[in-house]
Amino acid sequence: MADPLLQMKGIVKRFQGVTALRSVDFEIFPGEVLALIGENGAGKSTLMKILGGVHQPDEGVINLDGKPVTFHSVSESIAKGIGFIHQELNLLDNLDVAGNVFLGREPVWGGPLRMLDYGKMRQDTEVHLKRLGMQISSRTSLATLSLAQQQMIEIAKALSLHARILIMDEPTSSLTLSETARLLDVVKQLRSEGVSIIYVSHRLSEITEIADRVTVLRDGANAGGLSKSEITRERMVKMMIGRDLEDFYVQPESTPRPGFFEVKGLRTARFPKREVSFSVGQGEILGMAGLVGAGRTEVAQAICGIDKPQAGSMTIDQKPIQIQSPKDAVAHGIYLVPDDRRRFGLVIDMSVLENMTLPALSRYSSQGIINSKAEHKAAEEGVKKLNVKTHSVDARVGNLSGGNQQKVILAKWLALNPKVLILDEPTRGIDVGAKAEIYSLLRALAKEGVAIIAISSDMEEVLGISDRVAVMHEGSLTGILKRQDLNEEAIMKLAVH
Amino acid sequence: MRKELGIFILLLLLCVVVAAINPRFLVASNLQNISRLIGMFGILSIGAGVVIITSGIDLSVGSIMALVGILLSIFLTQKKWPSVLAVLAVIAIAAGLGWIHGLLITRLKIQPFIVTLCGLLFYRGLARFIANDATQGFGSEGFMWLRNLASGQLLNIPTPFLFLILIGILMWVVLQRSVYGRYLFAIGRNEEAARYSGIGTRKIISSAYVLSGLLAGITGVLMAFYTNSISPSSHGNFYELYAIAAAVLGGCSLRGGEGSVIGIVIGTALLQVLQNLVNLLGIPSSLNFAVMGTVILIGVVADELVRRRAVRKRVAQ
Repeated sequence: MADPLLQMKGIVKRFQGVTALRSVDFEIFPGEVLALIGENGAGKSTLMKILGGVHQPDEGVINLDGKPVTFHSVSESIAKGIGFIHQELNLLDNLDVAGNVFLGREPVWGGPLRMLDYGKMRQDTEVHLKRLGMQISSRTSLATLSLAQQQMIEIAKALSLHARILIMDEPTSSLTLSETARLLDVVKQLRSEGVSIIYVSHRLSEITEIADRVTVLRDGANAGGLSKSEITRERMVKMMIGRDLEDFYVQPESTPRPGFFEVKGLRTARFPKREVSFSVGQGEILGMAGLVGAGRTEVAQAICGIDKPQAGSMTIDQKPIQIQSPKDAVAHGIYLVPDDRRRFGLVIDMSVLENMTLPALSRYSSQGIINSKAEHKAAEEGVKKLNVKTHSVDARVGNLSGGNQQKVILAKWLALNPKVLILDEPTRGIDVGAKAEIYSLLRALAKEGVAIIAISSDMEEVLGISDRVAVMHEGSLTGILKRQDLNEEAIMKLAVH
Repeated sequence: MRKELGIFILLLLLCVVVAAINPRFLVASNLQNISRLIGMFGILSIGAGVVIITSGIDLSVGSIMALVGILLSIFLTQKKWPSVLAVLAVIAIAAGLGWIHGLLITRLKIQPFIVTLCGLLFYRGLARFIANDATQGFGSEGFMWLRNLASGQLLNIPTPFLFLILIGILMWVVLQRSVYGRYLFAIGRNEEAARYSGIGTRKIISSAYVLSGLLAGITGVLMAFYTNSISPSSHGNFYELYAIAAAVLGGCSLRGGEGSVIGIVIGTALLQVLQNLVNLLGIPSSLNFAVMGTVILIGVVADELVRRRAVRKRVAQ
C-alpha cells in the first residue's frame, strides 16, 4: 500500500485533569473512506477536533505527506487541506449559498474599496455544486434548503477550499433514508476522485456499505482496526464495547412492584409520528439505552412537562395524571435530573443551600418568609446524607466538582420524597468514586419504593444499574430487555436497528 | 455587600467634596429637598431593580408616571372623584399596565426591551392625547392630604423619603427573606433551571412588571402633587433611565440575578447628589447629563476592574 497521507502518532489530550486521549495512533491513506467508531466518550470527537485545529494535543506528532505539521488553529488546518464537516452545521441562514461557501474569504475587486466580487463567488460555487450533482442555484437562500442540502453546501465549501481530507462527523444523524443514500453516493464519488474521507458514525450499516477500513477507539485509546474484508456489524460492536464489567454496581435485592408508573402512546414534539409506551415498577430501575439523538431526552422532557407532549397518557398507581408544566410534574412527585447540569439542573451562581431548597422552599417558610434556620438545617442534612464535598452550604455550587453538583441536584429532589425519578445521563463527566456513590444511592432509592428511569449512553452503566432496559432508536422504542437477556450486543442491535 | 459598600463610600466622598466646596449643600432646606427627590426616585428605582433582577428591563415607567399624573388631575379636578378613589384608581391602572407587559413578555415571549419600549411610546402619546397636550395641575387649593404626602414633612423628614424607607424595608424583606424573592433571583440567574425545579416562572416574571408598574404609579402620584404642573409631553421624561441607572449603580446586573434594595437606594442618592452638585458648584446645567453619564461609567468600570481582580485572585489560589 502507498504511504499514508496523514499520520497521527501518540496523541495525548487532557482536559482539566481528565485524560480524553491516551497515546492514540491514527492514519489515513489517499483516496480511502476510513470509518472512525467508538462509544460516546471514546475520544472520537476529540481526536477529530485535534485534526481540525480546534484543540491542540498535549503530546504526539502529526505527519502530513510524511512531514511533521502542527495545527494551531482551525484556519491552519483548513490551509493544509483538511475539511471538517461538523454534526452541527456552521452555516448562516441569512446568506445565500455562494455567500456561505465563501464566508470569510470573499473574492474582492476595486482595490482598497474591497467590493464583493459576486460574479466570481457564484461562478466558483456553481462548479462545486455541479460536481456534487446539486440542482440548485448559488443564489438560493440557505434558509430554504433542507438539512441534507445544507450538508452538501458544507461539503462544497470544503471542496472549494481544496480539501484532501474530509472529516464527516455523524453526517447522517438527521437525514432521512433517501438523503442518506444520496450522501453515501457523494462520498463514494469523492473517494474515486482521490479525496480521503474520515467517516465518524454510529450507523454500522452505513459503515459496512462504504468504509474501506475501520479504526476503533475505546476509552480514549486505540482498540484495534478492521480491514475491508473484516468489517462486520458483530465485530465492530465487540471492539467498541469489549471490556469486563467491574462490580461496582449494587445488585437488586427485592422484586419490584410492576406497572407503578405507566406511559402510554407518548408522542414528543421532535418525533411526532412515533409512539412510546412503557411502564416502570415501584422499586425498579429502568435503563434507557440508545444512541445520542434517539429521542430518550425528549421522552424524559415530555414526561416532566418541559416540552408538552403531542399525545399520550400517564398513570401513577393506576391513577391518571395530567402534566402540562414542570410544576405539575413536581406536584405529582415526578422529578428530572437533567443531562445538562449547568444549564437546567442548577442555578450555577447560587449557593449549594439555595439550589438544594429551591423546589421545597415552602417547607422551610411560613407566610412566604423563609425560615433561614430550618433551611440551613435541611441543607446541612442533604449535604451529609449524600456526602456532598463542600466546605460550606453557602459555597457557590458552580465551584463544586461535577459529581458533587450532581449530588446537590439529587438532594434537592430527595427532600421532596420522589415517586418517579428520571435521570438523564446521571454520571456524565463524573469521576469513578462519585459514580459508585450515585449508583448505590439509586439502588437504595429503588429499595425505598421509587420508580427510577435512568437514561444513559454509557453501555457499561446501563448494563450495571438496570433491572430492565428500554432501547430507543430514532424516536421509537425498539425493545425492552429483561435482566436475564441483557448484554451489550442485544442492546446495540436494538439501538442501531 | 461589597458592591453596596463601594458605592456608599463613593456617595460619602461626593458629599464631602460638595460640602467642602459649597457649604450650602449642608443647609437643612437643601438636604430636605435632596431627600425628597431621593424618596420619589428611590421608589421608582426599586421597581426598576426588581425587573432587572429577573434579567428583564422596564422602559415604560417614565411614561406611566406622565399618564398617572394626567389621569389623576382629570379624575380629581374635572370628574371630582373622591381623592382616595382617584389615587387608588391611577395606581391600579399603573399596576395593570405592568401586568399587561408581563403577559406579553411571558406568554408571547416578546423581549422585555421591546414590550416596554412600546409602552414608553404609547403611554406618552396617550397622556398627551387625553390632556390635549395641555399642562394639567391641581390648582392651589384642596387635596391637602395629598399635597402633604408629596411636599410635607414629618419630624423635619420629607414624607416621600419616609415612604421610601417604608417601601424599602418591605421590599428588602421580600427580596432577601421571602420565597418569592428567592424565586426572583433564581429566575434571573437561570430561568430554565428554575422552571425545571417546578417554579411557575411565568407568573413570577409577570409579577415583577406588576410591581414595577405599581411603584411607578405610587411615584407618579407623589411626583404629580410635588410638581403640581404636569406637562404631558415632558413630565417623567428620562425617568425610566434614571431608575435603571440607579439600580445598575447600586449593584443590579443587567444579566439578572443580582441586586439589593440598599444598593438601589444608595444608587438613587448618588444620582440626586450629582444633580445637586451641578447646581451648587456652578457647573453649567447643560452639562448635567454629561456629569451623570461620566460618573455612572466610572462606577461601572471600577466595579468591573475590582471583579476581575477578585477572579484573578481566586484563580491564582
